[in-house]
Amino acid sequence: MADDLKNVILNYVVAEYLEEGADPIGFDTPLISGGIVDSFSMVSLKRFLENQYKISIPDDDATPEAFDTVEKIADLVQRFTRA
Amino acid sequence: MPNIGSYEERLKDFQWSAAERELGIEPGRPLNIGWHCSDRICEMGKGDNTALIWEGLGGVQKQFTFDGVRLASNTIGRFLLDLGLGPEDRVCLFMDKVPELYLGVLGILKIGAIGQPLFSAFGDESLYIRLENAGTKAIITQRKHAPKVRKILDKLPRLEHIIVVDYDGKAPLQRKEIAFSLEKSAPVEDLEIHPTEAESPSLLHYTSGTTGLPKGVKHVHYSIVSQYLTAKWVHDLRDEDIYWCTADPGWVTGTSYGIIGPWSLGVTQTVLDGGFSAEAWYKFIEKHKITVWYSAPTAIRSLMKAGENLVKKHDLSSLRLLTSVGEPLNAEAVIWSEKVFGKAFLDTYFQTETGSIMITNFPGMKIKPGSMGKPFPGITAAILDPKTYEPYPETGRIGLIGIKPGWPAMMRTYWNNEETYQKKFRNGWYMTGDRASLDKEGYYWFVGRDDDIINTGGHLVSPFEVESVLLEHPAIAESAVVSKPDPINMEVVKAFVSLKAGFKPSPELDLEIMNFIRKKLSPLAMPQEIAFVDSLPKTRSGKIMRRILKAKEWGEEIGDTSTLEDD
Repeated sequence: MADDLKNVILNYVVAEYLEEGADPIGFDTPLISGGIVDSFSMVSLKRFLENQYKISIPDDDATPEAFDTVEKIADLVQRFTRA
Repeated sequence: MPNIGSYEERLKDFQWSAAERELGIEPGRPLNIGWHCSDRICEMGKGDNTALIWEGLGGVQKQFTFDGVRLASNTIGRFLLDLGLGPEDRVCLFMDKVPELYLGVLGILKIGAIGQPLFSAFGDESLYIRLENAGTKAIITQRKHAPKVRKILDKLPRLEHIIVVDYDGKAPLQRKEIAFSLEKSAPVEDLEIHPTEAESPSLLHYTSGTTGLPKGVKHVHYSIVSQYLTAKWVHDLRDEDIYWCTADPGWVTGTSYGIIGPWSLGVTQTVLDGGFSAEAWYKFIEKHKITVWYSAPTAIRSLMKAGENLVKKHDLSSLRLLTSVGEPLNAEAVIWSEKVFGKAFLDTYFQTETGSIMITNFPGMKIKPGSMGKPFPGITAAILDPKTYEPYPETGRIGLIGIKPGWPAMMRTYWNNEETYQKKFRNGWYMTGDRASLDKEGYYWFVGRDDDIINTGGHLVSPFEVESVLLEHPAIAESAVVSKPDPINMEVVKAFVSLKAGFKPSPELDLEIMNFIRKKLSPLAMPQEIAFVDSLPKTRSGKIMRRILKAKEWGEEIGDTSTLEDD
């Protein structure tokens, strides 16, 4: 389940935020601090997660740190899915 | 004692010519920013001093001395000359904050070409508009950004070369592409510097307008005089400083104060090539013992959100001066920085068009949190009556910020758009388009824009540009774009759209539209909120009334609606 979730997020990030031919990324690649997803684009990533998993992530929890890797994003989604 | 000494004393006998003398600029002699920021510093005996400390993903670090900067910019200049590029050719830099961006600016200037730095997060539509308008002949980019250039290449017949600085040989180069590796190129010791003059064009920075397409702001080599002196007196830069300007050179701050200001003074500067993270930023300051830090209100508010405890985990005692730019710095952020860093961020104010700081808080000056500060010596500013364009005789009134033209870094025109340039002047004043008031002690207080331009995170976004691209989406019939308040970015983009028959609002469509704008224009321009409406408020002549939508977002009076179309 956890890996399925991570794969969905990873595939979305690759499809939406990476240019064709970009270096591959993994579950622990820094997305925000690595400059792959900027803080403005984070809003669209948050929206995707909310749509996909029918959750609501409060702005205070949607920090650059919480969105920095696929791993961390999956943790965040799981936290709000359970809530 | 700060470099500026006494602000009041400086006002008494101020002459830009004093800065010219310090820079060794003589009337009628060549003046080249590329040479001044590298060769000249070496001639002053500082060639072995560190010019650039660069850190990329995973902590990878590169360093250049001023002699290294001289050689690297020579090498890039030679490569461009060998491609047949020369004086006044527009050469775009479309890269992340990699060393080649900083060194490339100097290399381009050394051969007399015009540098056109563009934010690497721009989508293909934003890129196309700017390259087409400038008639750009070459673009220097990275592998990861080359696909955006390929998408628009057929529409850009004047674009002759796509220079890829990190080609790894894995996939073949495509049409017009050529690889350049700074590391693998033999350093060029001697490059004949093109004898540019004070008024020769140097950089072309694009900025958004309320209506129409983005405008290319043309700067000249003489701008270095303003940039040198403001870096010296406002950022208080000294030989021993380690300076960090967090701005991207795709924006004017990143060239004026991320390249020209510090390097014309021979000061070490640092670059962190990565996205924002409070933890990473504090680590960077601690690691490199940064002394002067020039950042932006959006970043400062994000640091506030990350909390004080994070600050305490790091030794930030090297910091001696904090400055801020991009949008007004709110009083809370000033007070917070004083509490947690022991120093207040000094707010500075300027624009792409002004090229250098116009109104600012100075080291050593009494800070009024939330104020813009006072005009830089040599700058005559005023609050103008919007009807007469005359300065208000009394203080405390809100009006338009006007500046008397004539400082060295002022733009010389908008590229291929002299008509719009001329409209920026009224009654002998350069009109900034910003509103403010002046208090009895001569401090300026920012109020807001005088037009519909959206200032999000310190970057200007044109509602017109976003609306136009929204209409390219197959589901959208009509669109209107306004700013809405945001606690971190001051303002963000909000779009109102009505849909064509057969389309219905849905969370999926909402996200699709957001991503459509992000990819076509840029993440900054992406609406952070989309409202699906049946129709938009219009005048009887059919013009969409943005101001009504904006007033609602900001909780302001809607004002006169007598010309509103009947329901």
